[in-house]
Amino acid sequence: MTKLIDLTIAEARDKLAAREFSASELTEAYIGAIESANESLNAYVTVTGDIAREQAKASDAKIAAGEARPLEGIPLGIKDLYATKGVHTQACSHILDGFKPEYESTVTQNLFDDGAVMLGKLNMDEFAMGSSNETSFYGNVVNPWRRNGSETALVPGGSSGGSASAVAAKICAAATASDTGGSIRQPAALTGTVGIKPTYGRCSRWGMVAFASSLDQAGPIGRTVRDNAILLKSMASVDAKDTTSVDLPVPDYESFVGKSIKGMKIGIPKEYRMDGMPEEIEKLWQQGIDWLKAAGAEIVEISLPHTKYALPAYYIVAPAEASSNLARYDGVRYGLRVPGNDIVEMYENTRAEGFGDEVKRRVMIGTYVLSAGYYDAYYLKAQKVRTLIKRDFDLVWESGVDAILTPTTPDAAFAPGEITDPVTMYMNDVFTVTANMAGIPGMSIPAGLNKDGLPLGLQLLGKPFDEGTLFQVGEVIEQAAGRFDANDWWTK
Amino acid sequence: MSVDLKTVKRVAGLARIKVSDAQAETMTGELNAILGFIEQLDEVNTDNVEPLTSVVEQTMKKRSDGVQDGGYADKVVANAPESEDNFFMVPKVVE
Repeated sequence: MTKLIDLTIAEARDKLAAREFSASELTEAYIGAIESANESLNAYVTVTGDIAREQAKASDAKIAAGEARPLEGIPLGIKDLYATKGVHTQACSHILDGFKPEYESTVTQNLFDDGAVMLGKLNMDEFAMGSSNETSFYGNVVNPWRRNGSETALVPGGSSGGSASAVAAKICAAATASDTGGSIRQPAALTGTVGIKPTYGRCSRWGMVAFASSLDQAGPIGRTVRDNAILLKSMASVDAKDTTSVDLPVPDYESFVGKSIKGMKIGIPKEYRMDGMPEEIEKLWQQGIDWLKAAGAEIVEISLPHTKYALPAYYIVAPAEASSNLARYDGVRYGLRVPGNDIVEMYENTRAEGFGDEVKRRVMIGTYVLSAGYYDAYYLKAQKVRTLIKRDFDLVWESGVDAILTPTTPDAAFAPGEITDPVTMYMNDVFTVTANMAGIPGMSIPAGLNKDGLPLGLQLLGKPFDEGTLFQVGEVIEQAAGRFDANDWWTK
Repeated sequence: MSVDLKTVKRVAGLARIKVSDAQAETMTGELNAILGFIEQLDEVNTDNVEPLTSVVEQTMKKRSDGVQDGGYADKVVANAPESEDNFFMVPKVVE
């Protein structure tokens, strides 16, 4: 018999509606699974069993009354970056010690309004700065996947490492995540899960702990393309509290899943064929091309000439915005305070103790590039390069291309401590960061396993606000590739 | 461009992060590696290119300039490390 935690959101939704089990039973199954797995994986930083049970009970009442909402009784994990009223919200930083917001983020409120259940808050890189979940104040997250025949722990990617690990280990039905340079897609690729970063402005950023405001975007990580479509429909909204959220109707994304892609034009950017790319990634990419061709899509080679400059430009724009956003952590209004002889020393002590090394590095870079005399050389230059990156994509869309296919990451999951050089770590986002710089949607779909048995992902990039096409094409890849489950060593 | 130890200490001061001499030394190397990576941008010709200010073309939304929310000072200070009578408490700043 299938265990309840093995069900996708779509399956659980249908079985809940058919009264095959109750929302409370489903939630209990997940709470039990968390109890047996979290010690090994460290995916949750706090488990909200009481809230989950109460929400599940309310869902059962709704179902009984015939008033089930789109996510009725579906147990989700929430990235620690989302403000959840009265619950641990620290973006996994020491500097937000004890912070329990008096308000709810718009995205989580939307999910709860649609009937979702919150199982707890998920681990992440501190302030979403990292690609391996090694910068969290709450310790490393462990990837449910291991190399064949090995017991070495691997990273789940980052920054949404807790979200990806929890989804892959089936200790939530799906999770919220966020993506500033690849923080949804890279961990999804490294854990065999599906994740989408929607168009900038599709989801409200209100109540998300800010990292780089012109790049940050909310999105889901789930087990299937369809589950992502269901979740994004609930997460997306226009919001008066975020002036960059866009007033466009939210389509029924699920209706795109299963539609034919016959006649669609899929672009293959030659600049993503990087020197030193593992052969397996090349092969996977070619496999993806063949699948889409077999499904009737037309494959065209395209050029995005400024691809190479996206990552260096990102490491100006993102730290600059971060240094400004993180100025608020001063030991006065919330979180940690470390005393000093005067107020400046109090600020300096608090920030020295409260921020981890990677956060300090980025705040320092950001402060430097914005400091007097350097603004034009760095920030302005990066913003101009950003215009060119966006123009590359605009020209491709104008030429009639419907979506772009690339690998998600340059390689599979690695071991903690394996990458110590910051710039080498940043290279993890080389294929994903362009979408943030241009504001376009991007999705990672698991497409195969490498020779060590670790999952690899393919990425689809789409036109602004055309997430529907990504779900449509993504489903074709998922159907061709099949789904990938990690061996559940953590329950033993 | 690269930074020296003195610049790193000055930037740490601007960023209000206390750093020891040893930490500043380590940071200098790390920041220079990042700045070296960023330097690639010099290859790109950006003459007559406008800086990107928003990825989504839309007119800035406005609202009436009035009170939208509030009236709960106790909630505002609820997470403060130190507060009194709904005020944030800080070390003395005026002699």
